[in-house]
Amino acid sequence: MSEPKEQHGQNEQQGQNEQNGERKIGVFICHCGGNISDYVDVETLRASIEKEPGVALARTTMFACSDASQQEMSEAIQKEGLDGIVIASCSPKLHLYTFRGMAERAGLNPYRYVQVNVREQCSWAHRDDMAKATDKGASLVRAGIAKAASSQSLENFRIETLPSVLVIGAGVAGMRAAVALADLGLAVHLVEKAGQTGGWTASMGPVYPQNRPGSALTDALLQEIRKRETITLYTGAEVIERSGSAGKFSVKVRLSSGETLTVAAGAVIVATGFDAYAPADGEFGYGLPGVITLPDFRRLLNESSGALKYNGRKVKTIAYIYCVGSRQAEDEAHAHCSRYCCTSTIQTALLVNERDSSVNQYHLYRDMRSYGKYELLYEEACRKGSVFVRWDPNEPPEIRNDRGRLMISAADLLDGGERMEIPADLVVLVTGMVPRSGDTLVDTLKLPVGKSGFLNEIHPKLRPVETVINGVFIAGAAQGPKTISESVASSLAAVTKSAALLIKGYVDLEPFVARVDASRCTGCKECLAACPYESLQLTNLGERQVVEVVPSLCKGGGACVPACPEGAIDLVGYSDHEITSMIDALAGEREVVHA
Amino acid sequence: MSQAHNGHAGSRILVFSTNSISDPGIDLAGSAHMHYPPGVVTIPVPCSSGIRPSWVLHAIEAGFDGVFIAADGTDCAFVSDCTTRTGKLVDAAQKLLQSHGHDPQRLRMAAVCSVCAESFVSHMERMSADMERLNS
Repeated sequence: MSEPKEQHGQNEQQGQNEQNGERKIGVFICHCGGNISDYVDVETLRASIEKEPGVALARTTMFACSDASQQEMSEAIQKEGLDGIVIASCSPKLHLYTFRGMAERAGLNPYRYVQVNVREQCSWAHRDDMAKATDKGASLVRAGIAKAASSQSLENFRIETLPSVLVIGAGVAGMRAAVALADLGLAVHLVEKAGQTGGWTASMGPVYPQNRPGSALTDALLQEIRKRETITLYTGAEVIERSGSAGKFSVKVRLSSGETLTVAAGAVIVATGFDAYAPADGEFGYGLPGVITLPDFRRLLNESSGALKYNGRKVKTIAYIYCVGSRQAEDEAHAHCSRYCCTSTIQTALLVNERDSSVNQYHLYRDMRSYGKYELLYEEACRKGSVFVRWDPNEPPEIRNDRGRLMISAADLLDGGERMEIPADLVVLVTGMVPRSGDTLVDTLKLPVGKSGFLNEIHPKLRPVETVINGVFIAGAAQGPKTISESVASSLAAVTKSAALLIKGYVDLEPFVARVDASRCTGCKECLAACPYESLQLTNLGERQVVEVVPSLCKGGGACVPACPEGAIDLVGYSDHEITSMIDALAGEREVVHA
Repeated sequence: MSQAHNGHAGSRILVFSTNSISDPGIDLAGSAHMHYPPGVVTIPVPCSSGIRPSWVLHAIEAGFDGVFIAADGTDCAFVSDCTTRTGKLVDAAQKLLQSHGHDPQRLRMAAVCSVCAESFVSHMERMSADMERLNS
């Protein structure tokens, strides 16, 4: 399924250098305007490394990332026949791909380029001592030279991709993703475990900010789905098995009839949503008559009209207890803020007020997080008579049954810690979001899970919908608490990532995967146990069994590397030789002659 | 056993960072112009669970005063039990150091997230001072 990409140009001179055991490495040290050179003496640095073995030229440049500098470096690669380059500049997070592109345009394999971070991790961190910052800069560049000296031409793995996406979960995030994917020309298989689409949103009644019923949103999406022939919807269906990799997954789906079918998809978007936190018996009075959760209360509101009643009795006073099951410092699984519930509770109170303005409403909260424009809802609730009482997490409110009526005892931080007693007809526990319980998908798809139990992205800001499993994206509240609009935004981000992966018809994966030295492998299988992605397998080599890597499944984390008792596994780009030679270069004492 | 550590910018500490999680946190310390001892240098790797204990020994024998593993912790995108795995490596590496006559305190590990700049600086200041004491 994978085939090597066409050879990146490696000119004859480069090959000649290596045959002779010599390297021709170019080192370019960036001033970054003054961001580096104001604190690191770049000329002294250049002079201190220009005679390092393998260095053919060493130059400084004002802005390495500028078009003019890239052109100069490109010309130097070609003119000098460089077979490796080191650019000492900013963090690789900024310009790694810029410079890899430049190397490739110049005919140098992009993996023969090494970026050394002498800005964020040197000049900016040691602005008070130019001599020591320059010494450190020189050490870092020497380590870069050592890495470049070990570098080889590497090829990406090219995988052909199928123009279809499997979306798991037909709540608001999954449905919106399906429509957007179809509009981009991709076929969609939308799989929903429940018997109907819509998820939580469909059952929420009027949702903020426009008070449109959630079911109106999801019904509209369902109509859009029905208009698109390229979307296939399966309800009452469950994903039970996955094989293949990015671009060409094969997924088994069990239908409500008990039949199974196999779906082929190039990418997978997981939008399986959340569960509402279920309070334990006795938690904030849960279990006492009249103590219910926010989702239960919203259901009560939606399914009734006229005077608000609970168990046949008119409700005159409601107390909302916030942060139930959220922000519990002592419990890592529930330490998160659930984001939607402050605003949802305020909106619920406004709905109650609209229905019967004589109902007294007390909000016992820790911090009011009706962020962004939803602050306006908070102000409106204040104007319409909602009373806000702030409690200390070390002294939470107590709820008891006092002669047939609920009584809340709380110390109000807004009133100097004064203890107050609030009689109520109904106590609403504002419960947050928790990960789906009993979700077998995590095992089936081998999804990474974070400390709170929600699905984990690679980076919350830089790569917020990607997982370490290439081609598997996450969206909506399956990833962590989100409002409806945030869920939809993340699902559209996952759509964009899926489309970027599939529309070209192929994907190139970086070659930083595990590599097994078969001559040292004893087939002990220790590494197989260390890899959660099943990217290592046994194969026959003559009369013995050895381990081989399935590159398209390898995530390049390297957990297998220290697991091998024979030291037979290396990660490409981070081999034992590369790391130890970098350590030697960093540790080596050299004299830097300061001007 | 103490190495022949000399006075290069205070203690010399090799940090193994991780590309997606702790290295951005270390970058952030620099971006925020926070200062830490200049004897601290970094080698980024994909995941702290992939560090060979022999690299730690190699670093100490090459002249570093200490090695600090800036681990992914619970933020790791590769393996959910990264902390446990890295902890085992640290254990193995400390035993390796000890068997070669080095103080196991020369290796430390802490989770450093992508915004943990202050925590990283504080770890480096403390470790640098502690390594100087170990050397004296």
